Amino acid sequence: MSAQEGTQHPISTYLWIWLLLFVLSTFSYLVDYFHLQGLLRWTLIIVFMLLKAGFIVAIFMHMKWERLALKLAILVPPLCLLVFIALMAIEGNHTFLTRSVAFTP
Amino acid sequence: MAVDGMTGSMEPASVTAGVGSVVADFSADKQAFAVPWGKAMMWIFLLSDTFIFSCFLVSYMHVRMSTTVPWPNPSEVFSLNIGGTNVPLILIAIMTFILISSSGTMAMAVNYGYRRNRGRTAALMLITAGFGATFVGMQAFEWTKLIMEDGIRPWANPLGAAQFGSAFFMITGFHGLHVSAGVAYLTIVALKVWRGDYERSGNYEIVEIAGLYWHFVDLVWVFIFAFFYLW
Repeated sequence: MSAQEGTQHPISTYLWIWLLLFVLSTFSYLVDYFHLQGLLRWTLIIVFMLLKAGFIVAIFMHMKWERLALKLAILVPPLCLLVFIALMAIEGNHTFLTRSVAFTP
Repeated sequence: MAVDGMTGSMEPASVTAGVGSVVADFSADKQAFAVPWGKAMMWIFLLSDTFIFSCFLVSYMHVRMSTTVPWPNPSEVFSLNIGGTNVPLILIAIMTFILISSSGTMAMAVNYGYRRNRGRTAALMLITAGFGATFVGMQAFEWTKLIMEDGIRPWANPLGAAQFGSAFFMITGFHGLHVSAGVAYLTIVALKVWRGDYERSGNYEIVEIAGLYWHFVDLVWVFIFAFFYLW
């Protein structure tokens, strides 16, 4: 069974992912440490974040070895959040503009 | 393939990969997910938790975008004075490494669980819980500094936008609560493993299920670290 096969990896697999997560965390910390700004900063933060999240879900949580039905059931619904984020960003911008016009001394 | 859902048989449908496997799993007139029910339920719980944390992070994005008062620089707020120099975000960085390490030990505990290595599984789970407790301890230290030294409250913030306080205490508090619950959960399961409760059945799935929860807590921290502390 695929889920069982997925749990029979050598320990070294986990140690490598652990090391990788350490390195990626160090990189994202260094982004702040070296005061990178602007588009470069946001791009690097997001890339490192998604890589870390991907490795945790795929390897540590064994998602890589699950059947596609479970993968889709768990990973697709959060995509709705992108719509939510977009809506709230538009709304947030609008609120900011209204406040700037009406409430700033 | 005649599989009786009531007996909990987890025999997957014959197609093993691709879209065909999804169709086969959902149309097989039996349980759709070929995993133990506890694991499927934990995944669904984590999915719901994803939405809760997303609501917090999205509302944080919204208040940060919409406030006209300057947002405090997290890099400075969370810096620590070590040997006369201010090291930015150092406590948060250490907390991140601790949580990642706990995920590493948890992943190994799951692995040893499936090898039926009772001692190592329990020991690694207790180490994981120890890392988690350390994390919560450092978070308490961080909260104390923000409350006592900087005077930040959920409703007020002398350093800038008041929403900084609300978002910070709400998000890190809810995450800290998850870590605390996880420490208790892992400790209980570790002690049961140690006592040999799963030795009789030879079924160590509960270790993997507890592990899923723990990795999720680490996963949420990855997003909090990126969006709250680094942004």
